[in-house]
Amino acid sequence: MSFDAALFYLFGALATGSALAMVLNVRNTVAAAMSLVITMVSLGGIYVLLQAHLVAVIQIMVYGGAIVVLFIFVVMLLNLRSDAFPPGRLRALKLLGSAAGIWALARFLGALGPNLPETRPLPEGFGGYRHMGRALFTDYVLPFEMTSLLLLAAIVGAVILAKRRIGP
Amino acid sequence: MIPLEHVIGLSAILFAIGTLGALTRRNLIVILMSIELMLNAVNLAFVGFAWAWSDLGGHIMVLMVITVAAAEVAVGLGIVIAMFRNRDSVNVEDVSLLKW
Amino acid sequence: MPWDVLAKTLFILIVGVAMFAPLVTWVERKQSAVMQDRIGANRADLFGIRLLGLLHPAADVLKLITKEDLVPEGANRVMHLIAPLIAAVAAIVSFAVIPYGAEYRFGESVINLVAADIDWGLLYIFAVGSIAAYGTVIAGWASNNNWSLLGSLRASAQMISYEVTMGLSVVGIFMVFGTLRLTDMAFAQDASFRLLGFLESFGWWDPLPAWLGWIRLPLWGVFLQPLGFVMFLAAIMAENKRPPFDIPEGESEIVAGYHTEYSGMRFGLFFMAEFIEVVVIAGLLTTIFLGGWSIPWLSQATIIGGITPVFGSGFANLVCMAAHVLTFLVKVVVMIWLQMALRWTLPRFRYDQVMDLCWKILLPLSLANVFVTGTILLLIRGLG
Repeated sequence: MSFDAALFYLFGALATGSALAMVLNVRNTVAAAMSLVITMVSLGGIYVLLQAHLVAVIQIMVYGGAIVVLFIFVVMLLNLRSDAFPPGRLRALKLLGSAAGIWALARFLGALGPNLPETRPLPEGFGGYRHMGRALFTDYVLPFEMTSLLLLAAIVGAVILAKRRIGP
Repeated sequence: MIPLEHVIGLSAILFAIGTLGALTRRNLIVILMSIELMLNAVNLAFVGFAWAWSDLGGHIMVLMVITVAAAEVAVGLGIVIAMFRNRDSVNVEDVSLLKW
Repeated sequence: MPWDVLAKTLFILIVGVAMFAPLVTWVERKQSAVMQDRIGANRADLFGIRLLGLLHPAADVLKLITKEDLVPEGANRVMHLIAPLIAAVAAIVSFAVIPYGAEYRFGESVINLVAADIDWGLLYIFAVGSIAAYGTVIAGWASNNNWSLLGSLRASAQMISYEVTMGLSVVGIFMVFGTLRLTDMAFAQDASFRLLGFLESFGWWDPLPAWLGWIRLPLWGVFLQPLGFVMFLAAIMAENKRPPFDIPEGESEIVAGYHTEYSGMRFGLFFMAEFIEVVVIAGLLTTIFLGGWSIPWLSQATIIGGITPVFGSGFANLVCMAAHVLTFLVKVVVMIWLQMALRWTLPRFRYDQVMDLCWKILLPLSLANVFVTGTILLLIRGLG
């Protein structure tokens, strides 16, 4: 097994483990958020292995460094106690549903394998900021500009939602 | 070389875990985090296919998804704060007035 | 087994972390003392030799190691432990991309004095800085203490705000040098340019006469992007919670902010992380704006070309390497002095002033900087 593949399995196991820790952690929301950070950073590592350097750095900077910090910030602001969530009912139904979902997933993966087109070789500097910059400003300039509108709408929406009463 | 099926398999597993979290947890913030996990799994699939078929469109799509996720988290957390101010709880079972 | 990477990592750990960071604690005490017209800490001695207080960092480390590691009641033990670890590791790992020397040829082997020559080196620093925010954020939450929570709330907002400004203020440098690789940036600054050369590029005085073209400045980032230098200095000092932006640490407002409930080596890790970050900031400022390892007006080619005919190429490269590393360390010391001078001169900002500075002043200024830089580059280099 090459070094790349070994690292991929390591990061994959880390990502899966911390995702499970996030979902199954009933008590501590901040611990769940930290598990999500571990998932994000492991995925960033996998992106570097898959030659997606710019996406990896943006993943760590934006997802791992800003979005989850925002989650933790809100948890701290609202000062959520860990005893606010009594254990739920219907355990057997949850387990059965999860098992069914994972079995369906495994069937889907099995059907996927032999039907994929073959891989193509990657050009030099693929996934680096030069190629991505050129692509963003030539082929994909319309989605790029539309995301700026989207972010403007999100900023206005978030500020209005979080404001206290407006006017008398 | 990393086999493509394993990359897509990891993406599908993370997506399943995220769906599990979004459907079974009652803490609204953990539901939002599970949605983020689902978006990450989709990003991994995009990056995997872009790597296999040498298509930069996958990376561009990932950038768009990350942007949309950031916007959604901002607005979603604004909703959580507003909800907490009204009902003093982030348990989704406390905001089920529209349930039949 | 990559032995050269191991050797460079050891060099960084020994010189950067184990030598410079404790030295910076001594500099903070002595420089503040000189600036405030007092003597400063000079009591720590070894068999009666006082050494101007240079033994105080060693005394500090001994004290912190032997103190009891308290975990407050009701605190989350796991998070209380990992928060200083995240802060310290993120600070140390940032050294990996900072070049402290150029490329040197010894026979057939080429030594590149940087631990990791990543193509997107500058983005790596920003990514690690984003992760470093967690140390502060988790520390406040895990301490089960009102003051700590306040400190870390302020810290999280401040740190994620200034990440944006930090990134935008170096876009100008990125446009001018055309690369994110820190080694290439240092190489590009190894030249000099005519101060009044813009007259020739704009066509106002073409060709420039020799007596005016004699005034040359080294092609450093601080001369090409002075506004970018000031903004980046402000943003990165705020990002690392250096005074005057040390609202999260409080110190006379909220006891000690997010590290109120930390004692012993856990506090030692926070303490060391802050001073290692001072060295990282100095190294970054040197590499991006002050020309890195390059000696002003003496490019590497000149030095090697001058010494090779007399002493041979291997010795020339060795002398060049020593000179460059020494120059880098001198520039880092100057930048550390600058940060210390800023720390002990300016009073602490109020929290709303910190946020105003980021979003209302630095962000529009950095966007204006990008616009003006782009316009000037377009005029100088022409379209296409």
